[in-house]
Amino acid sequence: MEFDPFLLSRIQFAANISFHILFPTITIALGWVLVFFKWRYARTGDATWMDAYFFWVKIFALSFALGVVSGITMSFQFGTNWPGFMETVGNIAGPLLAYEVLTAFFLEAVFLGIMLFGFRRVSNRVHTAATVLVAFGTTMSAFWILVLNSWMHTPAGHEVRDGIVHAVDWWAIIFNPSMPYRLAHMLIASGLTVAFLIAGVSAFRLLMGDRGEPVRKMLRTGVVMGAALIPVQILVGDLHGLNTLEHQPAKVAAMEGNWETRGNVPLILFAIPDEEARTNHFELGIPGGASLILKHSFDGVVPGLNDFVAEDGTVLHPPVAPVFWGFRVMVGTGMAMLVLSWTAAWFLWKRRAHFAEPLPKPLLYMLVPMAFSGWVATLAGWYVTEIGRQPWLVTGVLTTKDALGPVAGGMVASTLFVYLAAYVLLLAAYCGVIIRLAVKGAKGDGGGAAPRPAATPAFIAAE
Amino acid sequence: MAELVWQHLPLIFAGLMGLSILVYVILDGFDLGVGILFAGATPTEKDRMIGSIGPFWDANETWLVLAIGILLVAFPVAHGQILTALYLPVAVMLIALIMRGVAFEFRAKAGTAQKPMWNLIFFAGSALTALSQGFMLGAYVLGLRSDLWATLFSLAVGFALLATYAAIGGAWLIYKAEGELQKKAVRWTAGASIAMAAGMAMVSIATPLASPRIFDKWFSVPEIIALAPLPIAAGLLFVFLFWQLAHLPDRNDRFSLVPFVVISAILTLGFFGLAYSFYPYIVPDRMTIDAAASARESLAIILAGVCIVLPVIVGYSVFAYRVFGGKATDLRYD
Repeated sequence: MEFDPFLLSRIQFAANISFHILFPTITIALGWVLVFFKWRYARTGDATWMDAYFFWVKIFALSFALGVVSGITMSFQFGTNWPGFMETVGNIAGPLLAYEVLTAFFLEAVFLGIMLFGFRRVSNRVHTAATVLVAFGTTMSAFWILVLNSWMHTPAGHEVRDGIVHAVDWWAIIFNPSMPYRLAHMLIASGLTVAFLIAGVSAFRLLMGDRGEPVRKMLRTGVVMGAALIPVQILVGDLHGLNTLEHQPAKVAAMEGNWETRGNVPLILFAIPDEEARTNHFELGIPGGASLILKHSFDGVVPGLNDFVAEDGTVLHPPVAPVFWGFRVMVGTGMAMLVLSWTAAWFLWKRRAHFAEPLPKPLLYMLVPMAFSGWVATLAGWYVTEIGRQPWLVTGVLTTKDALGPVAGGMVASTLFVYLAAYVLLLAAYCGVIIRLAVKGAKGDGGGAAPRPAATPAFIAAE
Repeated sequence: MAELVWQHLPLIFAGLMGLSILVYVILDGFDLGVGILFAGATPTEKDRMIGSIGPFWDANETWLVLAIGILLVAFPVAHGQILTALYLPVAVMLIALIMRGVAFEFRAKAGTAQKPMWNLIFFAGSALTALSQGFMLGAYVLGLRSDLWATLFSLAVGFALLATYAAIGGAWLIYKAEGELQKKAVRWTAGASIAMAAGMAMVSIATPLASPRIFDKWFSVPEIIALAPLPIAAGLLFVFLFWQLAHLPDRNDRFSLVPFVVISAILTLGFFGLAYSFYPYIVPDRMTIDAAASARESLAIILAGVCIVLPVIVGYSVFAYRVFGGKATDLRYD
């Protein structure tokens, strides 16, 4: 059997980074939510805020551990599978990654210990400071990584000498054209992921019969956060799209499924893009929609994929179907978030004073599966932007193919298999623990390490 | 001064990378070692052992990220050459690190029925991490060869590093534990230290035999006189270690940190021995530090950050170790 090391290395990198991004997406925003819980407690003296804190800090700790260990994998993957990346753009990527380790990794890792286990060992003020520093560290980490990722999409501030990229203007490198949009888009995505995770887990606890004050506070936090962030995200996402249109038109053409450069391009709701025939099948769209969104007029000219095919037939645009569908999954999830969070917020407002049930049951049932909707939207969005950059690894500078290392395909296949197996196991265990903590929380024992009643029979038998 | 720094930027970064590796081996070494010693502990002891490393392990592992990060950013070509040559042991180590890191969390949160499984994964992950790191060290010492003898030697170094981590993990437990567990830790440390000494002797013999260049570097006058204190000091420290272990635990627990300090000192000596042997190469006998280095402009930017941030990192790391000073207790969030 013949293994293609290029394809396998790409799948392996995609698998590793997809698994990794799930957890920072949670910890970036959850860190700040924990700070918020502590702040509310300090302001009101209401101990139920600390109940909320202690429930979510466990999920934070678990997510953080998974983020750390899966992140270590990333720093090795560059060397094991993609040595051409650092050899070519190491002068740019190196300092950015170094600053991430120096300003973010150590900060969050060291203060995490105090945040998690130091509550009784330091003053409340120091504990809050540790929590803020951990949250700040995760955000800084996101900042540096998104700077580097944005630079790979829209490189600036560099020059190429003898095939090697050299830094010329660090200000231009850091604040490259797509960085502000991408950073804002990702940070809000993290906020939305956490908002719906909190709302979903709280809804689950309410459905389990939990009517305690902590779960109401959590539900309110999640719903309000989601309802407030989603319109901002739609606006930022739109601005990011316009920025992409300017710098990476081929990506936008693939997102829209638009083959010919023309005006009056429809907003396609459904289609099956066919790269062989270079057309869409079963297309269903709103006339002029894409032109209106991208150019703010119905006859605005939108670039088409056929512009990105060289004279000799070489395709210079990304694979269309995954970008096209990834975009629709992301936007569709966002729309569901908008409708659900606003409906829930409206009910919470209406029932704020007198109802035993903060939300109607059907709405709770709908919020539970939304607990992981942020993951779906975030992954879909990353697939759009990363697959949308292909065939480039660094736009216009380095193709993905040129970065590949010499490791044989069979070797990559075997490690890929082990990674995938581990990831499936860990994802199942992670979701299992969240459900278990939610059940324990709903039963009112705080989800701590208290001995379970199941241990009693053995104890009696021993007597 | 600025001129001097500019000229020696690659060397400075090689030094920083070496320092991170050394700090990593000592710090993550002890928490990996505690995981390896899980094999001989009762369930209650396991909880206490986890308590002794829980607040630290994450920060300890960050030194590995820093070390590999410096290799990546300062010597990108060497990073590619070394990691593609060590593809399999690196992959094994990463999987092991993942499984062990999450086992920390899952063993406490996933319910009592699953706890033995996660304990086992924690042990296996810690042991495999040590084995694969030792394997990489062995392969590196032999110049990244991959024939049968090199593989066998690398495996032997893997077990030697496993013993080394167990020794320093045991020493950490002597410091952090009380009562029966502390007594057990003394026995563990003594046993593992013997294997550690044998392993260091083995690497010391193999290194000059594998490379004529290193052989000349060791056994020529006057270098041999400058080098001789390293093995002599290491030998004396081992003797002192075993003498001290025979007198532990002591009544007032005044010397419980001594084995940890002594083993750290031995590791530091061993580290300088290796550094001396391989300098000026970063890929043994193939690529020098200077040839592998990134552009000096980029290195200078990183060095500025390192000079400002590293002292701060050391400062708050010391603070964190002080917060969790004294004997280990069971971990709790509230």
